[in-house]
Amino acid sequence: MSLLARLNTPERRELLWLAIFSVIILVVLPSILEPFRLNLFGKYLTYGFVTLGLVICWGDAGILSLGQGVFFGLGGYCMAMFLKLEASSVANTKIQSTPGIPDFMDWNQITHLPFFWQPFHSLAFSLAAVVVVPTVLALVIGVAMFKRRVGGTYFAIITQAIAAILTILIIGQQGYTGGVNGITDLRTLWGWDIRTDHAKTILYFVSAIALILCILAARVVRMSKLGRLLRALRDREDRVRFSGYEVANFKIFAFCFAAAVAGIGGAMFTLQVGFMSPSLIGIVPSIEMVIFCAVGGRTSLLGAVYGALLVNWAKTTFSEDLPQLWLLAMGGLFIAVVLAFPNGLAGIFRLAIDRLPKGPGGRRQPGITPVVAEQAGAPQ
Amino acid sequence: MTDQPDGSRRMLTQRRNVLKGLAAAPAGMLVPAIARAAAPATSAVNTTGLAVTDDTVTVGILHSITGTMAISETGSVEAEKLAISQINAQGGVLGRKIKFIQEDGASDWPTFAEKAKKLLVGDKCAAVFGCWTSASRKAVLPVFEQYNGMLYYPTFYEGLEESKNVIYTGQEATQQILAGLDWVSKEKGAKTYYLLGSDYIWPRTSNKIARKHIENHLKDSRVVGEEYYPLGHTQFNTVINKIRLKKPDVIYAIVVGGSNVAFYKQLKAAGIDLHKQTLMTISVTEDEILGIGGENIAGAYACMKYFQSLKNPNNEKFVPAFKAMWGAQSVIGDVTQAAYLGPWLWKLTAEKAGSFDIDKIAAASPGIEFKGAPEGYVRIHQNHHLWSKTRVGRARTDGQYDVVYETPGLMEPNPFPKGYQ
Amino acid sequence: MGGYSLTDLVSIMAMQGFAGLILFSVFVLMALGLAIIFGQMGVINMAHGEFLILGAYMTYICSHVVQTYAPALFPVYFFAAVLLAFGASFLLGIVVEWLLIRHLYKRPLDTLLATWGLSLILQQIYRSIFGAREVGVELPPWMMGALQATDTIQIPINGLIVMGLTVIITIGVYLLIYRSRWGKQIRAVTGNRVMAGAVGIDTDRIDRYTFGIGCGIAGVAGAAFTMIGSTSPTAGQLYIVDTFLVVVFGGAASLLGTIASAFTISQARSTLEFFLSGSMAQVLVLLTVVGILMLRPQGLFTLKVRR
Repeated sequence: MSLLARLNTPERRELLWLAIFSVIILVVLPSILEPFRLNLFGKYLTYGFVTLGLVICWGDAGILSLGQGVFFGLGGYCMAMFLKLEASSVANTKIQSTPGIPDFMDWNQITHLPFFWQPFHSLAFSLAAVVVVPTVLALVIGVAMFKRRVGGTYFAIITQAIAAILTILIIGQQGYTGGVNGITDLRTLWGWDIRTDHAKTILYFVSAIALILCILAARVVRMSKLGRLLRALRDREDRVRFSGYEVANFKIFAFCFAAAVAGIGGAMFTLQVGFMSPSLIGIVPSIEMVIFCAVGGRTSLLGAVYGALLVNWAKTTFSEDLPQLWLLAMGGLFIAVVLAFPNGLAGIFRLAIDRLPKGPGGRRQPGITPVVAEQAGAPQ
Repeated sequence: MTDQPDGSRRMLTQRRNVLKGLAAAPAGMLVPAIARAAAPATSAVNTTGLAVTDDTVTVGILHSITGTMAISETGSVEAEKLAISQINAQGGVLGRKIKFIQEDGASDWPTFAEKAKKLLVGDKCAAVFGCWTSASRKAVLPVFEQYNGMLYYPTFYEGLEESKNVIYTGQEATQQILAGLDWVSKEKGAKTYYLLGSDYIWPRTSNKIARKHIENHLKDSRVVGEEYYPLGHTQFNTVINKIRLKKPDVIYAIVVGGSNVAFYKQLKAAGIDLHKQTLMTISVTEDEILGIGGENIAGAYACMKYFQSLKNPNNEKFVPAFKAMWGAQSVIGDVTQAAYLGPWLWKLTAEKAGSFDIDKIAAASPGIEFKGAPEGYVRIHQNHHLWSKTRVGRARTDGQYDVVYETPGLMEPNPFPKGYQ
Repeated sequence: MGGYSLTDLVSIMAMQGFAGLILFSVFVLMALGLAIIFGQMGVINMAHGEFLILGAYMTYICSHVVQTYAPALFPVYFFAAVLLAFGASFLLGIVVEWLLIRHLYKRPLDTLLATWGLSLILQQIYRSIFGAREVGVELPPWMMGALQATDTIQIPINGLIVMGLTVIITIGVYLLIYRSRWGKQIRAVTGNRVMAGAVGIDTDRIDRYTFGIGCGIAGVAGAAFTMIGSTSPTAGQLYIVDTFLVVVFGGAASLLGTIASAFTISQARSTLEFFLSGSMAQVLVLLTVVGILMLRPQGLFTLKVRR
């Protein structure tokens, strides 16, 4: 009882859950999974970055973005461009008409590296671009939309249109982007072969640790006054505005934060999967990422990450047995979650915890107030 | 690694997923009973830990059965299952029945890579028959090379690739294109060509080869237009007007997927009669005509290596067998036939090599002949592509092609054609 | 453009004008249903493409039934198929509204997710019933020909039918919303839901039928598109991007905006496609649309409503 009581401050309880999560992904999974399955979980973890950002952006600030695949993809492409340049050394590409450029450029009769590829020879630049490029795009979109008080469903479909447009752009400019095939056959990172099982295990741990750091960062945001303001404007935007806050700036921040972590996730995806393609950017993957978040619980950081892991794990497992049934199950799952469990697995879990005998102390953790009702956020 | 026991448990659960390819052997097939006792010892045919037991060998089938590509890939799955059941009915490979594990690529390239890895690493498949689009092949290629698997890839494709770990049972671009252009130039006296395609690597590379051939090898011929439309594009009225303006002798169309249907329907509705206007395509097989409707494409020429209407003894057995297994309504296109070759070529190779080991299969592949191919005789080239004939067919209203021309000899596969890059 | 005779150029321009108009009609037909639902309830129906394909499959079934049982009626079956397509999509729309959407009016963002789940389920159902392959919808020969306007000008008849359907549907929607008693109620609910309820309008019923009609129009579009495109479980996805672009660009809540935006995008696209390559034209149009959306994110037209 004393242990329970001591853990019962919401603050500590949340840290405990985080510690448990860390143990699961850093110790339990690596010790029970063979390298191939672990690598799959490494891939799922990269979606965890996206869902994490969505908790801040959607769960807290109430901004539904159906274009997270764009940021995920941009981060991934920045990484892939660096890796591709490294894989396209003159020695590796002797058989091409122009050695030293990526193979798909050669197939498209491009004879020298385009200017925007040049800086990606530098790892430092590429790593910075992984975060900066998605953030800047989010900033531009955010300023254009939120300053004019566009939000709600309309914002969601604009982000979706952007996802569609970027996909078409990338597919259409295949000489510069690899087209529908994407950027494939990535081999080494500064001479370190990323394709071996050993490298993939290391990359898994890198992803896991980066994810935990991002969770901590997101937690700092949520605990701060900023986080409280985000939740306030989700529930009553006009009141926050009347209190003298510039609502748009907070929304832009939340959107940019989500974009930045999604970009990191994309880069980790590229490293672990070994390629990046427009099929990760478009409408479908973008919505799927939102679904992962919704299933896990849009108001809980850890819930959202568990959501990404669980849905993807289920997808892999069930689609091995019953691919047709899987689509029905997935569709049904989304509808069920939306209709019956708006706070996802985390909400169900929290209900269960609340039923347990309570010690003295806070009842509810700050920062995870369930979504009661979203406002239409109509452009007015 | 550390989790050896767990790994084997995993294998057991996966074995439950194994679907047995024992569908009824087609009535017309001969079933020579090969003495099972003659099967060589497992330790001799499998030195690299593949999923081979004393009486079974496990292979993988990896196609999209959900998502947009399911439209095209369904036929390949059916053909591969037919081939496997026929091989089993004849006693299997090296005295072992083939079991297959089917995975769904879900029209998503990362999923293809993931499933390919699962088939190779998790299931230890001795061979994998699968992939359709270039993008899916590009996604799985590094997996096959890293984990040393064997992929039999059925689609006609752009070339520019050669791998120890892949056997390309479809034609590469020069095989498919050059003979057809020569024929249309000679037969129709064509001088002007309008090249059209969906916007991705295969149509672009194919049109590049077509353009070089037209400009450098055909007398007085030239390309009067070259255009690409995004995948899934459905509105072709504008390009049809452009074609009308340029009045080309030949429309050379490499449109794929849902766009295909839109293109031919709109072409017909625009009053362009394909019996008068020559149109040659390398992307419309009998499978695609199901969606387009035979009446909308009748008169067009297609250039590929196989048509369902082909007259030869092998094909006369193959078509009824296919229909017996998959229904009288089913049609067989070029890729479906190429997919059918995969399991057979693998069987012949394994028997020549006397082993399932990937390295031995790869080394034994060049020179393998398959005399029972529905398209006629084929042989594997040093570069792991197939020597095959190229044929020109003319579409009929009932959705079949009349074969109007075939190359006298086998075309040599040349994935890196000099002078065409 | 040297080397072409004047009559050639004139007829090409005329035909190109028609191509633009046909594209415009296709866009309006695609987007109208979505725009009605969004304007009325703030709900984006992500399963729009699947409702569209339901209409196409209805046409497919109809063509088979008529060919088998009443071949004499084959030349005109299409018009019955359009009605059937509307009916089927309308009914499915009503059922979906009743089972799903009405529980989510307070959470419009969640309807996006729920209807997307629905679209997955519908796709799989189509695949199970009709197979993964495309089906060929056979149309009477007179519909697949061209009208010989002059010696050199040919106009696709199916394009004219699409245009005709679009005009009928648009006028129908206009009469329904602006000229009928029921339309008055719809507008009242759109303008101020609470007050509309207070004066005795059954807002639930209005919502249900509006959703049904939006879906029904998608079904009609699907039936029409069997003349120009493919019918397969995933074919709805082919239209969805353009549909969303048109609706977003038009300002989502305004029917006039939808029509204006369909006109702008279709004309820009067909003109650019004529002078540039197809992919390039699409990219330019998309970039322009994004650019304009950044400057004017509420779209071309906005509706002033009190919520």
